[in-house]
Parts: sequence; structure tokens; C-alpha cells
Amino acid sequence: MVDYAWLVPLFPLLSFVILLFFGQRWRSGAAYTGVILTFLSFVVAVTVLIDQIGGSTAAVTFDWLRIGDTVLSMGFAVQPLNALMLALVAFVSFLVQLYSKGYMAEDPRIGIFFAYLGLFTFSMLALVISPNLLQFYIFWELVGVCSFLLIGFYYYKEEAKAAAKKAFIVTRIGDVALFIGMILLFWQAGSFAFADIFEAVEAGNIAPGMVTLTAILIFVGAVGKSGQFPLHTWLPDAMEGPTPVSALIHAATMVAAGVYLVALMYPLYLASSAAMLTVAIVGGFTAIFAASIGLVQRDVKRVLAYSTVSQLGYMMLALGVGGYVAGVFHLMTHAFFKALLFLAAGSVIHAVNTQDIEKMGGLWKKLRFTGPLFLAGALAISGFPLLSGFFSKDEIFVATLGAGRWILFAIALIAAFFTAFYMFRLFFLIFQGEARHEEKDVYESPGSMLVPMIVLGVCAVLGGYVNTAWFGTFLADWFGSSTNSLGIDESGGSPGVTIIATVVVLGGIYLAWLIYGKRAISREWLSGRVPWVHKVLYRKYYVDEGYHHTIVWFTSGFSRFLGFFDRFFVNGLVELSAVLVRAVGGMVRRLQSGQVQTYGTVVLIGFVVVILIMAVTGGYFQ
Amino acid sequence: MNDLPLSLFLVLALVLFCVGLYGALSKRNAVIVLISIELMLNAVNLNLVAFSKYGVIPSIKGQVFALFTITVAAAEAAVGLAILFALYRTRGTVNVDDMDDLKN
Repeated sequence: MVDYAWLVPLFPLLSFVILLFFGQRWRSGAAYTGVILTFLSFVVAVTVLIDQIGGSTAAVTFDWLRIGDTVLSMGFAVQPLNALMLALVAFVSFLVQLYSKGYMAEDPRIGIFFAYLGLFTFSMLALVISPNLLQFYIFWELVGVCSFLLIGFYYYKEEAKAAAKKAFIVTRIGDVALFIGMILLFWQAGSFAFADIFEAVEAGNIAPGMVTLTAILIFVGAVGKSGQFPLHTWLPDAMEGPTPVSALIHAATMVAAGVYLVALMYPLYLASSAAMLTVAIVGGFTAIFAASIGLVQRDVKRVLAYSTVSQLGYMMLALGVGGYVAGVFHLMTHAFFKALLFLAAGSVIHAVNTQDIEKMGGLWKKLRFTGPLFLAGALAISGFPLLSGFFSKDEIFVATLGAGRWILFAIALIAAFFTAFYMFRLFFLIFQGEARHEEKDVYESPGSMLVPMIVLGVCAVLGGYVNTAWFGTFLADWFGSSTNSLGIDESGGSPGVTIIATVVVLGGIYLAWLIYGKRAISREWLSGRVPWVHKVLYRKYYVDEGYHHTIVWFTSGFSRFLGFFDRFFVNGLVELSAVLVRAVGGMVRRLQSGQVQTYGTVVLIGFVVVILIMAVTGGYFQ
Repeated sequence: MNDLPLSLFLVLALVLFCVGLYGALSKRNAVIVLISIELMLNAVNLNLVAFSKYGVIPSIKGQVFALFTITVAAAEAAVGLAILFALYRTRGTVNVDDMDDLKN
């Protein structure tokens, strides 16, 4: 079946093409087209995954462009990593489309929405099976375009427009770095194909400095896409898009692409300890930085967005300290519980028509399904024992400690505490206490929205058991069986770390319960004593303001200068030439008077001139 | 007749031609322009006849050409006057300056 892996991206593409033509007219038909085709894609992806676990791989390429002796190829490849990603992306995308059928049912542009979702899914699936960097980059950019379209889906809202532009421009900054890294690698290795690049790196054909440089440039691309500090600012703003889009972007597609890129280029990173350290530090810093912002935000989707940034930081940290399996494992479990959390948040928003958690409360009894599902997601992401996040986070802690990074380990622990705290702050504020919302009749979401949430809930609870220290490390064995060269850690886990992490997580949940559940501690306890801390966190460390007053200010000033130059200098030159031509034309036009006698006079003058010349020179026939 | 030099005929023809040219280029009345053109044609005729008598190889051909020219000039004058007449009827003017329709 692995030879048919190319079918997986084709179904969503087909859905996109069909809906491009008929999406304007169809409503539920569009939803069914998207859901069914994505389901087919998911079925094929699962068979590919099963086949790949059985041990078969695929690598098909064909020549695409021939420039002199250089051949650029296209094709697809299936290895453990991208087989897993293929199934994961198709799975989450299918569930999100199913959910969207209910969530977007009343939107007049539902057909277009499903067309965009199809293109988005196609881009991500095609990105995952790319066998070379160039093809990867093409779909990488397509993913960016689709995120722009989907974030700006409510284009009549100013914030949505600004957020779409911001997402596109900020990720672009990373893309430029990725592009430079890609070209440098091509220059050094003579090929875009991953296999050739890794071969060149392992054979030592590339200078160590160049390896570090390209690895860091490619990491900058991943930083942009995966919302790591300092290019994280677009991700929370991307919440302006419809909630299913947030789930899709944050769980399986766009942001996962960055982590996937680093995991994919892992041999390159293994060859450079400086690049590894960079990845680990940026990841660790982002994890705690974003988690601390998430503590105080009031918009439910924003809290989840910062939580995504923070969890992606965890994945980068894991990859940076050599925990390849831990990073990919967390990527997988995160896809389940973050998609679940977003869909559950969408269900809550759908019910009370607000995103402000201060205006919710007491919804546990009214939303009989959403409440427990949100709780499951919150427990999973916090790392509550025996749920999926517990195992994957544990792996990351062990890997960090195993690499001897004590400071990063401490940071990761504090971030885990923050995670547990803000997730349960959300939970208690939304579902417990008295109702603060204005909506009169709060009702549970329709079945098409609940079914995906229930499926994801099951995955979020049980997804961790593919790789545990107690029941078997299937995931690590699987990756290890085919990619020995990645230097995969086979660390079975350490009870001490597990106990510490569990205590920290339970402490976070308990503190959140004390403040927001039992109200034993006043909410203003900290913000009342050191108000500036709350203010700094609420304003997101003033990063946006900082960018606005430096980079944005400088860029717009410079472009204003260029616009001025263009308008008055370049345009002036153009206008000058136009004026000149017009003046000469006006003079010449006088000659064409239409007066026969004038023409006759001119002929006579010409004749006289000819005669004079002949008389002076002595005649033509000389 | 024999003692008259060729140059006298040529000077007369030149004067006639210049008068005709001046009239054709400067007069505003189309009728006068036509008359001036006739004047130029006749200057040419005079040249032809003079050269047929005093040329390097004298022959009767020059006088025959002059007769042809007179015939064609008569036809031309008839056509020209007819056009002028039609113009005057439609436009009510014979002023050459107003006849610049081809310009637009």
C-alpha cells in the first residue's frame, strides 16, 4: 500500500477542485464532499501506516526539471515519521471537517470554507510525503497561503484581515531564512533530496560551520511556522479565524509543519551541537514564555493559542536535547488533545456566543458532553497521570535530564506547572461557579460536532499508550527499527522524574482549584500585590508593541520614503518624458494644417533648398 | 524671328511661372488659384515650344507636346471648375482656407 501513498493528498485536492466549481451553490453538499473525500484520504493513510509499520518503505522520484547536468526531481517517500504524520493529519483533518459541518452550517460561504480546508489538507499531506527540500518548500508555502485564506475567512472583520496579513508576513520572515538555508544546502550537497543531503552531512562533505549555519537557518523557518519566540506573535492573532480552523492549524497542520521540519532534518542537527543547543534553548524559552502569558489571558481561544505555542516549545526542546521520539510523540499526543480542546472551546463558544471566559461559568450542567470532553483534554495537556500528555511530557523531561540540561529541565517543569494552572483556570471559569453569560437558552452542540470531539477525547486519553515506559515503547521501537542513524534514545524513563512531574502538575491543578474553584485564595492576591506583573503578562510582554515601535515603524517609514521617492522622482521622470513628447507632437501637429497652399509652399521651399545645395556642391552627377 | 535669342523666351516663361506659382500659393480665392495654375501650365508650354525651335536637336515633338498640354489643361480646368462649383453649392464659399476637411 505504501506505493499508493500519493493518493492520500489527492483526495483533498479533488475536494478543493470540485468545491471551487460548485462550492458557491452547494451548502450541505459541500460539507459532505469535503468530509467524504477526506475520509477516503484518511482510510488510505491508515493502510499506508499499517503497511509501513510492517516494514515497507517507498521512495518514488521522477525528473521534473533538467538544467545542464543538474536534475530537479519530484516524487514521494514514505518512512516511519511521515507515515505517522500522514495518518495524523488526515485523521485530524477529517474530524475537523466533520465538526465544521455542524459549526459552519449557518455560514453563507460554507462552500468556500470547505474548499479552503481541502486545499489546506492537501498542502499539508503533500508536504509530509515530499522526498526533497524543494518540493517540501513549495507545499510549505501553500500551507502558508491556505492559513492566510482561512484566518482571514471573516474578511469583513478588520481584526481578521489584520491577523491574516500578520500570519502571512511573520511566517514569511521564517520562510526567507528557510529558503536561504535550502539554497545553501543545495549548493553544498548538490541536491535537494533529503537522502543526498544527509549522506553529504554524514560523509563530512560539508564544513561544520556551514552545517550549523544551514541548520539554524532551517530552524528559523520552523520558528516562523511553529510560532516559536520571537516569531510567535502571529499565532494568537490567528484566533480570528473560525474555531475549526484554529483546531486544524494548531493541532495537525500548520504549526506541526515546523516541528516536522526539524524532525525531518534531524541528521543535519545531530551533526551540529550548536544548532541542537539553539533549538533546545529557543524551545525551552518559548515553552515558559508562552505559558506565562497564557496564565492571565481572558479570551478562551487565546489561552489555548498560547498553550499551543508553549507545547510546541516543548517539542522543540525535546528535539534539541536529542529526544527525537519524545518530540514526535508529543507532536502526536498534542494533535489529539489540542484539537479536542479547540473543538470543545468552539462548542462552548457556539453555545454562549462569547469568547470571554469572564462571561461564561456554570456550564457543566448545561453542556453534558462538552464539559467532560474539555476536562479530558485539559487533564491530558496538563500531563495528568495515565493520560496521553503525561507519557509524552515525561519522555521530554527524561530526555532533557538525560542530556544534562538542568536549567532547561527546571524551565520545563515550571512551564508544566503553568500549563496545569492555566488549563484548570479555564476549566473552572468556564464550567464551574455561577453563570455569568447573557445567553438565555444554552444548548449542547449537534451530533456532527460531538462525534469528532468524542473520538478525539478517546485518542487524548488513550493515545499515550503507544509509547510508555511501563507497557512498551512501540513508537520508539518502530522509529528505531528503520532509522538507527538518528541516535534515538532508548531511555525507558525514570521513576524519580515521573514523580516530580506528577507532583508539579497536581500542584498546578490544586492551585487553580483553590483560586478559581473553591475561591479559598483571592484572585487578586498576586495581581493586587505586584500589579505590574499581571499587566506585563496581560500585555504579552509588550512584544507586539515592541515590534510595532521598532521593526514595523522602521519598515513603514522606509516604505513611505520609497513611496515618496517613487511618486515624485520616478513618476516625475516618466511624466517629464510624456510632457516632452506631447510638446514636440504639438509643434509637429501645426505642420499638418490641411491647407493645400501651405503644403505647396513647403514643397517649394524644399525644392529651392535642393537647388541651392546642388548649386553649391556642383550638382548631383559630379 | 531668328534674331531673337532663346533666353528671352526662357525669361518670359520664368516670369510667367513665378507669377503663377505666387498666385497658386498665396491667393485665398479658389478661382484665382485655378487661373494661376493655368498660368504655370502656359509657362511650361512656352518652354516646350521654345526648345522645339532652339534646342540642341530641333524637332516638331515639342510643339506636339504643347498641344497635348493645352488639351489636358482644358479638361483639367473644366473638372476643377466643376468641383469648385459643387463645393460652392454645398459650402457657400470658395475660400481655400476653409477647405481643410482631409485634416479631420
